[in-house]
Amino acid sequence: MSPQAQADAAQLLAGRARWHPFEVLFWLAAAASTVLLPGHHLILTEIAWLALFALSLDLILGYAGIVSLGHAAFFGLGAYAAGLLAKHELVNEPLLALLLAGLAAALLGFVTSFLVLRGADLTRLMVTLGVALLLRELANKHAWLTGGADGLQGVTVEPLLGRFRFDMFGHTGYVYTLAVTFVLFLVARRIMNSSFGLSLQAMKENPARAEAVGMPVSRRLIAVYTLAAGYAGIAGALLTQTTAFTSLDVFSFERSADLLLVLIIGGAGYLYGGLIGAVVFKLLQDSLSTITPQYWPFWIGLLLVAIVLVGRERITAWTAPLRAFAGRLDRRRGAAATKA
Amino acid sequence: MPPALETIALNKRFGGIRPTSDVTFRLETGARHALIGPNGAGKTTMINLLTGVLRPSSGRILLDGRDITDLKPHARARLGMARTFQINQLFGELTPLETLSFAVSEQAGTGWDVWRPAGTRRTQAARVIELIERFGLADVMNARTAILPYGKQRLLEIAVAMACRPRLLLLDEPAAGVPEEERHDILATVMTLPADVTVLLIEHDMDLVFNFARRISVLVNGALFVEGSPDEVARDPRVKAVYLGEADG
Repeated sequence: MSPQAQADAAQLLAGRARWHPFEVLFWLAAAASTVLLPGHHLILTEIAWLALFALSLDLILGYAGIVSLGHAAFFGLGAYAAGLLAKHELVNEPLLALLLAGLAAALLGFVTSFLVLRGADLTRLMVTLGVALLLRELANKHAWLTGGADGLQGVTVEPLLGRFRFDMFGHTGYVYTLAVTFVLFLVARRIMNSSFGLSLQAMKENPARAEAVGMPVSRRLIAVYTLAAGYAGIAGALLTQTTAFTSLDVFSFERSADLLLVLIIGGAGYLYGGLIGAVVFKLLQDSLSTITPQYWPFWIGLLLVAIVLVGRERITAWTAPLRAFAGRLDRRRGAAATKA
Repeated sequence: MPPALETIALNKRFGGIRPTSDVTFRLETGARHALIGPNGAGKTTMINLLTGVLRPSSGRILLDGRDITDLKPHARARLGMARTFQINQLFGELTPLETLSFAVSEQAGTGWDVWRPAGTRRTQAARVIELIERFGLADVMNARTAILPYGKQRLLEIAVAMACRPRLLLLDEPAAGVPEEERHDILATVMTLPADVTVLLIEHDMDLVFNFARRISVLVNGALFVEGSPDEVARDPRVKAVYLGEADG
């Protein structure tokens, strides 16, 4: 192996976390939207927290290979936690309440992760689904605390950092949601590019071998599941804080199922799938429901069928050819450089 | 000095079947030992017991004199036991560079590092590159493992095990399925494993076994049948009857 090849290898190893121009472009566009699209901040806010929520699912599905039909459990817990903290004026600073809501969801994630460790995909689908249903019923039964089927009324969110009031056009809400999503994205990106993140990808590919190499597979699974639950909780809290309301709907099965759809539209396992999926999903939902208010899910369904046909082998990675084309993984470029 | 590996009256039962039956054997440090036996003799069960994939019904397993019977696979790996798999067990979507980077990082104990980008530790990167070089993977180091030629995958299989810096290496049919022309690569690699690594080879390819092993154990119906030097085993009429005879015929 020539010194040149060795240098290439070292560069390939260290260069996995490098920023791609497309990534920079993506975030510049997001930042620009705060100024250039002031009339659309309400829907953009929904896109931003949905993106964070989908990113959270990507952490466990795209990186660790855990399928979930109950990710709304954590979203909902975060939503109610933020609502209750604000309503009873326990914590008035939205950022602090956000953090606490995330911690509460992470705690639930930690506890339920032991259930998820058991069994394979189908078991996991059922367990996660069950946890979300359970939480929904708990919230329904304890109406004295949650407002039951009427939802949590009378939530007043104090100004952000004591200065920025949440206005009815959603300007503050959008900048806040986008900023939180961006910061948490940066953290997730860092974590998924670390040794820890690489080990998750190895585990997803082959848990038995990963364990034979010395990786404590169960403990890593617990760690990433807890982290993802915290992210989902923060997404739910953002929903409550930007709308000053929450209801049982946050725990619903449809929410978990839609989330899976969002991630599949964008493609799992490269962090941007959830973000792109959220943009596409919300815009489709918005424009289709204007054209055909009753039948828009038909078109979403059709899109899903098309995606499945394109990505027959692994639907979560149907965008992989596109991504390879965009050179995100830089593998071909790297290989060409090595050969040259 | 305690033996590198020792099993004491090891048993495994699956219902009425007993794929491992009172196996007591020991490997001295630095041994080049082969475990052979006809199909269904219990070789794979044996390796699964040694690595902790299966729990024995009774008996003990000692690694360097330490009882590891109750330890999980990853804990055994951390104590210096590594294995390869009869059927490739690799990470299809990762490249050889990423695969070895992962294995080296786990061995070095940095698998919990959530912040520093993988592959940016110099000493670890140097080890990865050394492994890539030693196992002839430089030309494919940045390709997805799933699309590598089979022979390269077999080499990566051994490279991953070596990335764990094993003191005991269990090779489960390293040449299985490798075409004739790529076989000498595997053989050469196995022959040049570091002398201080204890190696237990489980193999069907008799050329490889008799070239490599200094001692051979024959497993039949889950029990140790004969143990001896390659010459002794080759001459043993009972072995011929149950095993070599069958292979010749």
